[in-house]
Amino acid sequence: MALAPNTSQVDDGLKNELAKKGIVVTTLNQLYNWGRRSSIWPMQFGLACCAIEMIATACARYDIARFGAELFRPSPRQADLMIVAGTVTKKMAPQVVRLYNQMAEPKYVITMGACSIAGGPFIDGYNVLRGIDRYIPVDVHLPGCPPRPEALLYGLMELQKKIDGQQIETAEWYQQGLKREYPIPEFGPHGLIPKFNPEVWQPRENDLRKERYGQPIMIGKKTKAPNLDVVAVAAAPKPAAPAAPAQTPPTPGMA
Amino acid sequence: MNKTFEAKDVNLAGINSSLLEVNIGPQHPSTHGVFRMNAVLDGEVIVSLKPVMGYLHRNHEQIAENMSYAASMPYTDRLDYFNSMSNNLGYALSVEKLAGLEVPERAEYIRVIMAELTRLINHIAVIGFLLNDLGAFFTPVLYAFREREKILDIFEEISGSRMMCNYLRFGGVKRDLSPAILERIRGVVTAFPRFLDEFETLLTKNEILCMRCQNVGVLSPELAINASITGPLLRASGVNYDIRKVDGYSVYPRFQFKVPLGPKGDVYDRYYVRILEMRESLKILDQALNTIPAGEIMSKKMIPFLKSPRNFKPPVGEAYARVESPKGELGFYVVSDGTPQPWRYHVRAPSFINLTILEDMCLGQKVADAIIILGSVDIVLGEVDR
Amino acid sequence: MDTEKVKADLEKALGPVALKSVRSSLLVENAQDLPKVAKFLKEDAAYRLDYLSSVTASDFIDYLETVYHLYSMEKKTGPVTLRVRVPRTDPKIPSLVSLYRGAEFQERDNFDLFGIVYEGHPDLRRIMMWEGFEGFPMRKDYLQEDSETLESVDVEWLEKNGVKVPEAAKAKAVELRQQGKRALAERRVEDKG
Repeated sequence: MALAPNTSQVDDGLKNELAKKGIVVTTLNQLYNWGRRSSIWPMQFGLACCAIEMIATACARYDIARFGAELFRPSPRQADLMIVAGTVTKKMAPQVVRLYNQMAEPKYVITMGACSIAGGPFIDGYNVLRGIDRYIPVDVHLPGCPPRPEALLYGLMELQKKIDGQQIETAEWYQQGLKREYPIPEFGPHGLIPKFNPEVWQPRENDLRKERYGQPIMIGKKTKAPNLDVVAVAAAPKPAAPAAPAQTPPTPGMA
Repeated sequence: MNKTFEAKDVNLAGINSSLLEVNIGPQHPSTHGVFRMNAVLDGEVIVSLKPVMGYLHRNHEQIAENMSYAASMPYTDRLDYFNSMSNNLGYALSVEKLAGLEVPERAEYIRVIMAELTRLINHIAVIGFLLNDLGAFFTPVLYAFREREKILDIFEEISGSRMMCNYLRFGGVKRDLSPAILERIRGVVTAFPRFLDEFETLLTKNEILCMRCQNVGVLSPELAINASITGPLLRASGVNYDIRKVDGYSVYPRFQFKVPLGPKGDVYDRYYVRILEMRESLKILDQALNTIPAGEIMSKKMIPFLKSPRNFKPPVGEAYARVESPKGELGFYVVSDGTPQPWRYHVRAPSFINLTILEDMCLGQKVADAIIILGSVDIVLGEVDR
Repeated sequence: MDTEKVKADLEKALGPVALKSVRSSLLVENAQDLPKVAKFLKEDAAYRLDYLSSVTASDFIDYLETVYHLYSMEKKTGPVTLRVRVPRTDPKIPSLVSLYRGAEFQERDNFDLFGIVYEGHPDLRRIMMWEGFEGFPMRKDYLQEDSETLESVDVEWLEKNGVKVPEAAKAKAVELRQQGKRALAERRVEDKG
């Protein structure tokens, strides 16, 4: 119980004396946060490969139950934590935002794996969203591909530390008129509308890929038709006559 | 007042009902990933069921067209993220066919050992998830994952990663197996049959499993062949087609094993075919571990390309190679134009094609049966959507 | 399987069918002949190729192509590869769904990503991308959008939903619309100066 700093005004010696008699002195904040962080209920939201590591964390060897998070709820209304495990595609993104809106306060988000942080290895795709933090606020980022179960437990512990630092007086969800719901993106002809939510995320000023490659992604399609009717020399791994860049359609039998 | 309620008291002809359209997924505890089914129900009985996919479409093929051949190998791990070694094997076979590479014997034996270990971890996890769908919430999964962790430890020691192994290379494997590792694998293989016996004692003659799974989701062999179904789904319907026996790729012809077939093609047969396939895999592993020769693990022609993979330019042409992955026939079609990047790269994904007859199997069944039929088809969304 | 023998058998059985041997596969020159060829290979007693393993589409700049790999589950024999080529402007190939049910999802996938229209398919619509997506992403002339620049349609949507947009992004979006360009992430390889 000693994760949050002791900001009470009671002397330590007195506390120990009282504890021996069975009386515990603490602040309401500490008690409240201890209850909240020891019983976080995650929502089952495995999208891709990281979901298997999430299931392995819930299994007997790595056992997320000892942290209080063993009940994976299927419904967002009953969960406090959304672990976005796996690649978020543009087709799936509106559903993720909708589920986030349906969760009740206080709610937290852990993005597990490189794909949901910033697109991961699939960053240059036409259907891949570069990180779910473009549309919803995220509390803990957990890198890895996939992160080991111990890493997920470490991320959970970091979230617990963050919860310990929150105060009842300044908690967002007790303020009047708070509705942490974000607009759900729609499907456009070429991608999502909008591309990101500027209140939640802003792109970097200097895009290193633009400086280095001249374009922000590493996809470049070949534009010259290959000359494939050249038959390779049988059973030799040496490359055959290289594909001559042909502007006219290749004639068959060209050497 | 003891009036019993009998069905003839209700006038069913006067009830006005209409069809109900229900959306199952994409976020659902039992759809094994982000998969959506549009079901039209008449009461609880399914009238039509249309699958919707593409929620995990990560354009794997487009990425492969921009990378060198060796750089696509880690991406194949993420296709069927349950069994990474089988995907690696399929891709390695297709590029070796394209470039005409010979693989040394020890490397072939190592590949077979890895492929069969992958088959073990896939089948027990699938059975665990099938029972999860039936309602036995999580206990069979815990038993299954206990054994899976032991095999994942071996993968981690060999290749550095539990799941995304990236262990196979064109012309061989990346790293040799020491005698200590072979002893560990032998220990796992010796202990596995006892675990399977324990698993079977709890499940095979279990009344709930039998009542809920027999005669549910029956698939006839003619429809299965016409719909290009492969893998345990096909063999449970009685068709004898196992690519390890038909094509005889790698060194499989040297091992003796049987191909289990099912009589009826319902969900129970698919469960039991997987249990029997695990026992056959243990036999193959036993034989492979006893007869593995010493030697090199990498083809001589590819050794210069290990340090500079971007110089590897296979000759102009195309190749299609297929392996028996635990889910079915996994095929890779590669077209090379003489440059270090392929011109076209396509994955023939078994889970994607096995979903063709999902609707046929589910018509006339109840919604709860549709969930377990989907569980027995054994899909992985990374493969369905590529 | 030996393509010359398959070609000879097909020409003997079906009469005037234009076939060509290309790289250990058979090119069916006229796309409309494809169902006849496939039906013969499926039902003839010597071949019995009843298992369609894979339907792949490719984009070679001058034409679009579909490749079919056929196997036999009954006789356990190896692949016969068929190939059909169509021009880019009007790509139409007859569908094989009536013969092989397994082609259903694969042909939808090819339509979605390459734009090849399969005539006679019971339900030809997009399978991987959402309905309303424009363009065929796997073609060699498809250009991806730049996901870091807001365009004017994004700015309008955000303001309608009550989200504040920073001024710099708004100005850039207005500038793009005035130039009539889209924010693209890819450029053609020849554009590099």
